[in-house]
Amino acid sequence: MNECLTLNVNGQAHELDVPSTAPLLDVLRNHLGLKGSRYGCGLEQCGACMVLIDGVAAYSCSREIGTLSGCTITTVEGLGSADALHPLQQAFLDEQAGQCGYCLSGILIAAKAFLDHNPDPTRADIAAALDANLCRCGSHPRILRAVLKAAADMREKVA
Amino acid sequence: MPALTFSLKDNPRLDRWLRFQDDHTVRIGTGKVELGQGVLTALAQIAAEELDLRIDQVRMMSGNSVEGPGEGYTASSWSIEHSGAAIRLVAAEVRALALARAALRLNAAPDELTVADGAFLKNGAPSGIDYWSIAGELDLSAEATGTVAPKPQSAHRFVGRSVPRLDLPAKLTGSGFLQDMVLPGMLHARTLRQPGPGAALLQLDETIIRRRSGADIGIVRLNNFVAFVGTDETAVRAAAVAATECAVWDNALNLSPEQATPDWVASQPSDDRLMGDPPPALSTDRVCARFTRPFLSHGSIAPSCAIALYRDGILTVWSHAQGMHPLRENIARTVGVSLDAVACHHVQGAGCYGHNGADDAALDAALVALALPDQPIRLMWRREEEFGYEPLSSAMTVTVHAGLDPAGRPVDWTTEIWSATHGQRPGVGGASLLAAHAMKTPPPERKPFDIPLERGGGAVRNGIPLYDIGPKRIELHLIHDVPVRTSSLRGLGATLNVFAIEGLLDDLAARVGEDPLAYRLAILSDPRARRVLEKVAAMANWSSRDAGGGGSGLGVGLARYKNSSAYAAVVAAVDVDEAVRITDVWCAVDAGLAINPDGILNQIEGNIVQAISWTLMEEVRFGPKGVATLDWDSYPVIRFSQIPEIRVELVEASEYPPLGVGECAGGPTAAAIGNAVAHALGTRIHHMPMTRDRIMTALMA
Repeated sequence: MNECLTLNVNGQAHELDVPSTAPLLDVLRNHLGLKGSRYGCGLEQCGACMVLIDGVAAYSCSREIGTLSGCTITTVEGLGSADALHPLQQAFLDEQAGQCGYCLSGILIAAKAFLDHNPDPTRADIAAALDANLCRCGSHPRILRAVLKAAADMREKVA
Repeated sequence: MPALTFSLKDNPRLDRWLRFQDDHTVRIGTGKVELGQGVLTALAQIAAEELDLRIDQVRMMSGNSVEGPGEGYTASSWSIEHSGAAIRLVAAEVRALALARAALRLNAAPDELTVADGAFLKNGAPSGIDYWSIAGELDLSAEATGTVAPKPQSAHRFVGRSVPRLDLPAKLTGSGFLQDMVLPGMLHARTLRQPGPGAALLQLDETIIRRRSGADIGIVRLNNFVAFVGTDETAVRAAAVAATECAVWDNALNLSPEQATPDWVASQPSDDRLMGDPPPALSTDRVCARFTRPFLSHGSIAPSCAIALYRDGILTVWSHAQGMHPLRENIARTVGVSLDAVACHHVQGAGCYGHNGADDAALDAALVALALPDQPIRLMWRREEEFGYEPLSSAMTVTVHAGLDPAGRPVDWTTEIWSATHGQRPGVGGASLLAAHAMKTPPPERKPFDIPLERGGGAVRNGIPLYDIGPKRIELHLIHDVPVRTSSLRGLGATLNVFAIEGLLDDLAARVGEDPLAYRLAILSDPRARRVLEKVAAMANWSSRDAGGGGSGLGVGLARYKNSSAYAAVVAAVDVDEAVRITDVWCAVDAGLAINPDGILNQIEGNIVQAISWTLMEEVRFGPKGVATLDWDSYPVIRFSQIPEIRVELVEASEYPPLGVGECAGGPTAAAIGNAVAHALGTRIHHMPMTRDRIMTALMA
């Protein structure tokens, strides 16, 4: 059954006419053209599809769109752009934290949600917070460094 | 004088490699592709270096079967050694041709001219002309001669610098992947996989499938190949899931859990080969130890994907596979068209770490596109399809035998290996693309084949130790009849061979009461190997290593990848109680001339992390329906909280040619962990993965 619902994505309201059972990830990628959130497993196991739902990092691959009416969604495209990178994206670039990069969108999102509540974390805190995200290339050491750096940069900005 | 390199002999025309473009850039072609290893950045550095360009004036064209050079597969850490060497020579030659032409135009002697950012300077002053103003006068359809010497290292500006990855900005802002590509009118597709090469589809209830899909979908069926196609990706995915549940097959693959074990593989009939020195005299004191590892999955974070379009008699395929020229040949042969009728273009995907489902997904997309002309088809595998149908890395058993002198030092060495092949890439050794087996005329049976030692080896890779031992040999028992497809995973046989060789060396040192590092140095004359070993020992403060057995351990591992590429020495520190916790890893690498030092460090760190994962937790299991580890819960890989501190350093070796580096640390890491665990426990665990069960068993013994 299709139903009309409203979704706020990256600050923009969208009226959607899609089946209520459609996964959020498919809606983002195929209806809204936001390709940054990625299909990895469809099983809520790898984190490549992570987005913020009302500020909370969540898997989008199996989340039915019908449950999200009125929600605010942020994808990696909503973090920053090539011309105006989010401090996390900048820190990942500075640390060259990535190899193939397929997991990075989800990890940036998970890190964003984490830092919003924990602005001054340790390496171990970050590692625990990112445990729901898989990286198969082994970029973990750099990603941990980059999130630490972003946290420091963001604290400095606030101070 | 430099000679033509490997890749240049196959692709002698200069314009396959280099073209001046109207937008004042230079297009550099390569047959090697970006898999996340940073190769395009390193190759761009080499080109910019020799041509005196800025990096942003170089445009890499990678994996283009129509216009670019063919360089086989992007594999075995050959990219810098092969493609880099070719680009270096071509760029130097074209620069010299252009300089000579510019000298004529400027009525100057060539040695009065230099190049800066692509512009010619006459005695250091702007001349008003650049590469692009004379490009039309250069005949780049000519063949490379390889007669122009590249720059000396002392003149390098980009080579040796950590230039940031060219592809990373896009990947951090939500784009950059094949999976993100959209073509006008593009349809989504998913497949129903044939459960084993001999399986025949008896019954498929299309009504149920259409109902379960929830949308209007098309079904393409070619003998035992079935795909579901439509505008709605959610619906075609649902159709494929429904089809997998309701399809009735005859002669479907049926596996038992036992067949996934190294012991089962080693007990099968084998094709036996002896490599290296003649068999040993039997008089010396002999010691042996047996090591195993299970089947492993590549575990790419993205299921394989491809886009194909059949239009005006041309089949165009966009793929993230590791070689576009081989892919073109394999697809053309499978679908029965001429090579000219297929064009393959590489677009980046997720890391593959070897031969995964990428090539097979490209054929799948091509088959659907041929059935539905003029409509772009985006075909993606499902997660369980990638785990269940990609080629696995073979389970292996290695028994290392050492003959000892009276001082307890090895004087004769045999590495005896039981393994299925590590070389089953399409087109190699008679291997085919997956869906070829579903066609009316399936491909002929393969004969026993593995990658020969002189090409780096498959199962036998790194089976010959680096140490001064005297006679050394490999006895390979190549198992042909395994019920799953096996092929190349990063490191191939090296992971277990180095784990075994370095494990026995530690045991031999212990027999004579020597420190394992000192024992190695006493039988190692290769100065480059000694240097990385000594370096990593200093990094890890090896001299503080205790007697062991107290639950904490320090272990070392060393290898030169393929016995011809980069040297890596690794030390691991572990704490072991019920499970292994790795606290620190130190690694020293000699990569020869480092093109991009940070890129190398990134690759080595990744290789170390992946090897920790293989060594401690990864294991493919079989069940009645084939591979049973079909998701990340049943096939766990390392997570962030399990990552130790990792410190990697390159030893200065720029007087040597650049060496492939992406796979060099895997075997030494596995070995260092194995030796550290043995040091911590006072007893050795010979089997990967070193799980909690195996630790408990070892502690009880």
